[in-house]
Amino acid sequence: MIIRGRVQKVGDDVNTDEIIPAKYLNILEGEELGKHCLEGLEPDFIKKISSGNILVAGKNFGCGSSREQAPRAIKAAGISLVIAQSFARIFFRNAINIGLPILELEKTKEIFAGDELEVDLAEGKVRNFTRNKEYKAKEFPLFILEIISAGGLLNYVQRKKKNVSCTG
Amino acid sequence: MTISEKILASHSGRKEVKAGEFIQAKVDLALANDITAPLAIKEFSQVRDGHLWRDEKKVFNPKRIVFVLDHFTPNKDVLSAENCKFIRQFAKEQGINLYNGGNCGIEHALLPEEGLISPGTLVIGADSHTCTYGALGAFASGVGSTDLAAVMLTGEIWLRVPETIKIVYFGKLRSWVSGKDLILYTIGQLGVEGANYCALEFSGEVISSLGQNERFTICNMAVEAGAKNGIIEPDEITFRYLKKKTKQSYQIYKSDSFSHYKRVIEIDCSKIEPQVAFPYSPANVRPLSQVGKIYLDQVVIGSCTNGWLEDLRIVAKIFQGKKVHPDLRVLIIPATPKIYLSALKEGLVEIFLNAGAVVGPPTCGPCLGGHLGVLAKGEKCLSTTNRNFRGRMGDPESEVYLVSPAVAAASAILGRIAHPEKVR
Repeated sequence: MIIRGRVQKVGDDVNTDEIIPAKYLNILEGEELGKHCLEGLEPDFIKKISSGNILVAGKNFGCGSSREQAPRAIKAAGISLVIAQSFARIFFRNAINIGLPILELEKTKEIFAGDELEVDLAEGKVRNFTRNKEYKAKEFPLFILEIISAGGLLNYVQRKKKNVSCTG
Repeated sequence: MTISEKILASHSGRKEVKAGEFIQAKVDLALANDITAPLAIKEFSQVRDGHLWRDEKKVFNPKRIVFVLDHFTPNKDVLSAENCKFIRQFAKEQGINLYNGGNCGIEHALLPEEGLISPGTLVIGADSHTCTYGALGAFASGVGSTDLAAVMLTGEIWLRVPETIKIVYFGKLRSWVSGKDLILYTIGQLGVEGANYCALEFSGEVISSLGQNERFTICNMAVEAGAKNGIIEPDEITFRYLKKKTKQSYQIYKSDSFSHYKRVIEIDCSKIEPQVAFPYSPANVRPLSQVGKIYLDQVVIGSCTNGWLEDLRIVAKIFQGKKVHPDLRVLIIPATPKIYLSALKEGLVEIFLNAGAVVGPPTCGPCLGGHLGVLAKGEKCLSTTNRNFRGRMGDPESEVYLVSPAVAAASAILGRIAHPEKVR
């Protein structure tokens, strides 16, 4: 899959309270959650986002609580991909599970707000048109790729269950 | 193998597992709360299980699933009430263990108290502080709602076997230094990402000397360094605690002396003072002597970190015969109904009320800025909870400082962050 988009940039250790403050956690609908995406970090962050934007972060993105509302809010806000130097583990699982594309890239410091990127998710290749640079993202383990290609965890689990019952 | 590796091996039908491997593991207990369960139930309901849809579909084993409605309860608004109603209905249909209303406490204090956590088990919770149960020698880890939905469906979870970082605590603890100070100090050393994807194994003579409640406090905050789980090898103190709670037999695992560790960190506890985590990170810690004068608007004592009966006893000891400072509000929240009742019987609640504190019902409420004790712009709160991120307890420009119950109590009397020795 090729994703092309303009960069929105955030820093290190962006936590889930910043991504979606707890007062919105009783909201279950993605669309409504999306309206408050990153509100804890910057009250009007949502106004900066246009559909298809790529969110680029520093290290430990999504640390803190297990709230899956965080990747759901990001996805619903129209972010097409999150690239971070590293992800906190629960956020990493949640993003993969709900089908929000993510990539781990060492050199996120070389990418700036407003840059135009083209990302080949399967290859892990990131091209920065604005700065005329190319980066290679960390590869996903095969197991994770299977979940991604199944379209999220529950599809994967279902598929596996079916296979098991077919083979007895 | 380490204790964490042994538990994961036993739950994935293998003789041995190695750090970095992906395994499919059988879950002994799965839990969710009123914030994470609704999404999990929705996901569970949307999945087709063969030809079955929601109404006929059953969870893998209702006795191994627990819902605790502790975050936005007693319900703070209509949406929260609707969510809890939705959970109750699903729990009833499926026969899932439900804690709400009078039997509801803060999940990570409640489940051990109810005897639901045993050493050597695999516990998966849709709450990041699920790692608390490692204090009983379980492998316990937090996940999101969709992971939990998959567990409800299959009874299994995929896990990457974590590398283990071992922390060895030695030396003599100074007075007024508790498990909370040790874990704050440790997070300060590791940083908020220092144990990402890793198991944190807490060990050493100091851990052996700590009571069960302080061990819970330590494991509770393992996630604040990014850890997948925190764990302590069970010992006599664990067995004594469990004896009163459960009749279930359990398997005891211990790390081999030749286990492979990613890192071993030795900490001389005799050098550690009471610790204070400054805004906006649990890793932003300073020794109490270097804090300076910080005046407070609110003090919160409670949560899954420090709402234990032993914590309340320390607070009562400091509060005895005194009044809280007139410039601040103090909110005390016993973590479970049983702790609340014991605090009442022991006369602790009377001391709190006479001192001018508010005693609230068991709930996560203020810790995450949900309800009860939400902060206004610019207000400063000293708290025994586990997170002090920007806006965690209310307005983005409010501040939360994390401390032990003793420091919280002393500061409540003096109106500013203070050492318990300063209270006379």
